[in-house]
Amino acid sequence: MAARGKAPAGAAGSSSERARTLEQLLATKEIVISCGSGGVGKTTTAAAAAAMAATHLGGKVLVLTVDPAKRLANALGLERFGNVEIRVPDAAFAGAGIEPRGELWAAMLDTKQSWDDLIARHAPDAKTREAILANSIYQNISGRFVQSHDYIAMERLYEIHSSGTYDLIVVDTPPTRNAIDFLEAPDRMADFFSSKLLRWLTAPSKSRVMNFASKPFYTVADRILGSQFLEDIAEFFSLFQAMAPGFVERADAVTKILSDKRTTFVVVSTLEAAPLHEAEFFIDALDERRLHLGALVLNKVLPSYLRRTATTGVAKRLCSDADALAAVVPGAGDPVDAARVLATIGESFLNYQVVAKREAEQRAGLARTPDVVAAVPYFDADIGDLSGLLQLGDQIWR
Amino acid sequence: MTTLLDRKLLFVTGKGGVGKSTIAASLGLLAAEQGRRTLVCEVDAKGNLADFYEAGETAFAPRELQPNLWAMSMNTEESLKEYLSLQLKIPLLAKIGPLARTFDFIANAAPGVKEILTIGKLAWEVKERHYDLVVVDSVASGHIIGQLTAPQGINELVQVGVVRNQTQWMLDILTDPAQTGVVIVSAPEEMPVAETIELADRLNTETKVDLAAVVVNRVLPELFTEREEALFESLRTPDRIGALSAAADGDVAPVFDAAELAVTLRRTRAEHLATLRRALDPTLPMLYVPYLFTRSHGARATRKVAELLAEEL
Repeated sequence: MAARGKAPAGAAGSSSERARTLEQLLATKEIVISCGSGGVGKTTTAAAAAAMAATHLGGKVLVLTVDPAKRLANALGLERFGNVEIRVPDAAFAGAGIEPRGELWAAMLDTKQSWDDLIARHAPDAKTREAILANSIYQNISGRFVQSHDYIAMERLYEIHSSGTYDLIVVDTPPTRNAIDFLEAPDRMADFFSSKLLRWLTAPSKSRVMNFASKPFYTVADRILGSQFLEDIAEFFSLFQAMAPGFVERADAVTKILSDKRTTFVVVSTLEAAPLHEAEFFIDALDERRLHLGALVLNKVLPSYLRRTATTGVAKRLCSDADALAAVVPGAGDPVDAARVLATIGESFLNYQVVAKREAEQRAGLARTPDVVAAVPYFDADIGDLSGLLQLGDQIWR
Repeated sequence: MTTLLDRKLLFVTGKGGVGKSTIAASLGLLAAEQGRRTLVCEVDAKGNLADFYEAGETAFAPRELQPNLWAMSMNTEESLKEYLSLQLKIPLLAKIGPLARTFDFIANAAPGVKEILTIGKLAWEVKERHYDLVVVDSVASGHIIGQLTAPQGINELVQVGVVRNQTQWMLDILTDPAQTGVVIVSAPEEMPVAETIELADRLNTETKVDLAAVVVNRVLPELFTEREEALFESLRTPDRIGALSAAADGDVAPVFDAAELAVTLRRTRAEHLATLRRALDPTLPMLYVPYLFTRSHGARATRKVAELLAEEL
């Protein structure tokens, strides 16, 4: 493995001392999993953390994203990126006036391609591999149906990590129906292959006498689905069964890596009720599974001056005494217009104060928070380049 | 023009965090109050539809919350049971024992089973005319294509049998724009706009389901006209801020800062909104729902949004 940059004092490898900043946290971990509900800036946070780690901690850092937005590629100074990792050019860092200590790499998860690679790895021979790749059920599962994304993201993470190519991998999780789906995906995959039902389903294609228990199932299934479909399913499962031991072993290894000491989870949220509710749910789920919650990143936080009670009275006066106040600033424009502007900004302040106070309340109400909590203020503009990413990174780093 | 609520089946989708459930709940409330027998169905497993009406838990069996308004939560296992007993006349419990036990497995393994049971139940309610309108608080935009194309996928995979016959009538309902439409909920922010444009495109190319409308949620109010903004800047000089602070008996600078923040937020959002409008079919109805500074949850917010939607329709 490439030499890792020196970690800040007190953080290097010592498990007794807990990380107080994202910098300390990332200096001791090899896998960071960024999670949270959609639309909270999960992908951007993952990319910013990876860019900061490459810049300040050194080593080879990979950001593995599931977000196909071209914008992130552009922000990293790349035209596009795909399933194969590519290096973020030094020119992108130079453009931001930064000379990174390490290397930043990026890859985007291609679910279909990853599944095909997985089949190629586990298939006992070329004939089985081709038969599976051509099977219509397989094509449906790998290409169209969403549950398969969860597993493949974790699988790919495992594969990259065990290759030993990177010092740190920051992975952004797929949007799931439910935030914990991907935590359970490897277990589900293992169940899938060790299931009794798999044996029932594969029985007819092996011309065995159907056992008593499976008969009603077939009677029902045949009436519902038709025999061709059943045969397709049977073929699919029978082919997959050849790979079952490999898959089960692999899924177990993937499960283990989630609970490995070198892995940490960063929960990303905004202070809006719905995403925060999901973040709390997720934090509990991590706790239940004894997984390591490293940090909570709160995005789009309104500035604290909005909550000042002293200003509330001032804003109210701007609304109620606008005419009189406009009179103390003659020459600023038409007094009627000036009064309207003063009343407008007074009311706008009060509106935003409601939101800011509600957000602060939401934040204070968090039952369980990790040692590292970072708040990122509202950014004026959207992040379009590496320097923007690093600016955001600065907000969460120390 | 027939309005949105004259359709029979509306799938409300959108990127996570844009307020998809709020809009679905509000559309349902509005339809019910206009006298339509309305069913609102929550498909996502989050189980918080109840929060938007504050009328108790919802279950698979629809419950009437107020006159004309029913609510239910999708449960694919229940849907399968109902399907088997209604359509196939298969007695429950006894014979499908192995099937029920391994349901979860099958649903995860066989492609599109969960999707078809969800779509099937909803389309069936429409077919049987149990309601004038079914509003679906659907899966997020990343998953909706998979859900909507499930009947087509099954139709292609399964050549004969009951399911084949079953998917045909579902497709007939889903692909009829007079009956079925998708409502994409968006927000004037970069990612939701990008995802809305992408989804509109995919709906068009990958499905035969009609995009009925785009609802843009959380639109910030325009604070100033151009002239007022110039005036705002001229008021913001140190001596005028000082004079105002003295007269208002407190520092007015934070109020000006907050106004600037509001203007900036509004401006970047307006740009995203313009991008969205440009990318979509000009004839597509777009409904704008202003940002609610008061509450973001609960029955009161749902009612407020329903009123705002009524104005837009």
